[in-house]
Amino acid sequence: MNEFLSLLIDHEFWVAVLRIATPLIFGTLGVLLCERAGVLNLGIEGIMVAGAFIGWLTVYSGAGLWFGVLAAALAGAVFGALHALLVVRLPLSQHVAGLGITLFATSISYFAYRVIFPKVDSPPKIQAFDDMSWLPIPILSEQTPLTLVAMSLVPALWYLLYRTPLGLALRAVGESPQAVEAQGINVVRLRTGAVIAGSALMGVAGSFLTLAAFNSFFFNMVNGRGWICVALIVFASWRPGKALIGALLFAFFDAAQLRLQQSSGGVLPYQLYLMLPYVLSIVALVLVARKAAYPQALMQPYVKGTR
Amino acid sequence: MRLEARTAVSRIAPLISGLGAILFTLAVSGALVLWAKADVVSAYVAIYEGALGSRFAITETLTRATPLMLTGLAAAIAFRARLYNIGAEGQLYMGAIAAVAASVAMTNEAGELALPTSMAFALMILAGALAGAALLIVPTLLKTRFKVDEVVTTLLLNFIALLFVSMLLDGALKDPAAMGWPQSPTLPSELEFSKLIERARVHTGLFMAVALAIVLSFVIRYTRFGLAMRAVGANDRAAAFAGIGVNATLVKVALISGALAGLAGVGEVAGRTGYVTLDMSPGYGYSGIVIAMLAGLSPIGVIFAAIFVGGTIVGADAMSRSVNVPTYIADVIVATALIAVLVAGLLTKYRVRWK
Repeated sequence: MNEFLSLLIDHEFWVAVLRIATPLIFGTLGVLLCERAGVLNLGIEGIMVAGAFIGWLTVYSGAGLWFGVLAAALAGAVFGALHALLVVRLPLSQHVAGLGITLFATSISYFAYRVIFPKVDSPPKIQAFDDMSWLPIPILSEQTPLTLVAMSLVPALWYLLYRTPLGLALRAVGESPQAVEAQGINVVRLRTGAVIAGSALMGVAGSFLTLAAFNSFFFNMVNGRGWICVALIVFASWRPGKALIGALLFAFFDAAQLRLQQSSGGVLPYQLYLMLPYVLSIVALVLVARKAAYPQALMQPYVKGTR
Repeated sequence: MRLEARTAVSRIAPLISGLGAILFTLAVSGALVLWAKADVVSAYVAIYEGALGSRFAITETLTRATPLMLTGLAAAIAFRARLYNIGAEGQLYMGAIAAVAASVAMTNEAGELALPTSMAFALMILAGALAGAALLIVPTLLKTRFKVDEVVTTLLLNFIALLFVSMLLDGALKDPAAMGWPQSPTLPSELEFSKLIERARVHTGLFMAVALAIVLSFVIRYTRFGLAMRAVGANDRAAAFAGIGVNATLVKVALISGALAGLAGVGEVAGRTGYVTLDMSPGYGYSGIVIAMLAGLSPIGVIFAAIFVGGTIVGADAMSRSVNVPTYIADVIVATALIAVLVAGLLTKYRVRWK
């Protein structure tokens, strides 16, 4: 217990929390945009792989780091457009199409990596984002600018959703697409836009891994982070502020288990610590499930003229 | 662009849409082969040769297809009832480790089976099936009791299950003879599935998978439970109104689905590897979902879809050795085929109106 308390005043610990949380913030906000519009996007896991790869490849080919982030967003948007084509334009199962996108995006990224780098012993490196040491805010000054972007996206998305007509339409289209159509708004276009924008954020989430957290691309680097975001959004009741809190909370437990694992020195098997964040995610889902306010039209394809 | 339901579907429509899906998949993967600077025709020939070109190739494809049939069936039956079990990967590992645990429990200190072989064999299979079912029953009860979405929980349980197996391989079920590498003890040879052909890896697990597919097909079509399951999948409210116990049906479906995925693990450990490692499944659980969808959730279709996916993986492996195209193309082909088949199937039911 004492160790746990000493964590809370440990500076390095909080630096790690924020670093682990950053891709989860991007990803969860991406899921939020898709699901608020009524579209489940299980493509996130693969889109993050593609974002990580394309972002890294762009920078490796000589472009600037921000160009890498942009390229990752574009890659995410392309897969988002594909997903939207399958489940918004065509009424395919959102579960299956999303898993198909994940498989496709992951395998094509790995394939491309192997075509471009047929034989490399150690993964090629890039110069990743530097910390914002110019920033006079402790902890945040030891993060990369992408963390700042992620944090500022939270109020931006809140403003978009709750203070603009577009946001109102977006929230409504996830609840009752018929009502939105009755207002003369094109449901298909609105949902497609939301899925593309959300997937672009998922791409950026992936690029954080290769452009900030690490400086190279390797297989299995996303390792379930996308699925975590899909869990976090339920916990966050589809609200941007709570999504931030959820991502920070998950990162807190992830960083804590890493620390406890090191300090306890093998009293318990290390796998138990690694399980902790996943187990807590499930517990959190159970706790909020009873009152979870799923967008009413989530996973329901909309075919104009039908009810 | 909008969709319009077709009033009449031509008999040859499924044929044409299937052909279209195949051509589309060949075109996409062909473009990737060109990008890898290889000859498209010789690459496809190499995939075919590697998958079906010789007796050995066919046995390898069937070996690969065996666990895929079982995870495919696990997904097909669950998705029929709209129980989105995305946790077959974890259930497979639980089945595999349970089979080994059972065998360890049944052997005495001299390393001999303490029970008659046939009984020990049955108990090993039962242990694997139960372990897979147990892992799926948790998210299913969370769904029926607390309305927790099973997609997320089954996905997360995959990671928990793999870590649990990893923990056992470091502890209670560590092979003392393995040097540092996390590996379970090897099954006694009496408990191994027998090989079907000399000098090939294909084993009796294949018969088990095919038999289960036929049984399931019968159950879905001709039994009360099958009817209840289809009703719950079509419309759970209407099913409840008609007096079908929705939750009880979902629990039964979960037990069957989880058990099938667990059996995939038993088959791998007892038929192929003999012991459990952390890389024994290259995502068979996830591929099972693709296979179930390719098969249109039909158990008999799963047999063929699993052979297609298994053949693609085995063929791509062989091709990457001879033609130098990365083996990841197998997953690209499978993913493209999935998307193409889904879209093609939809287009037989709807007409696209451009205006």
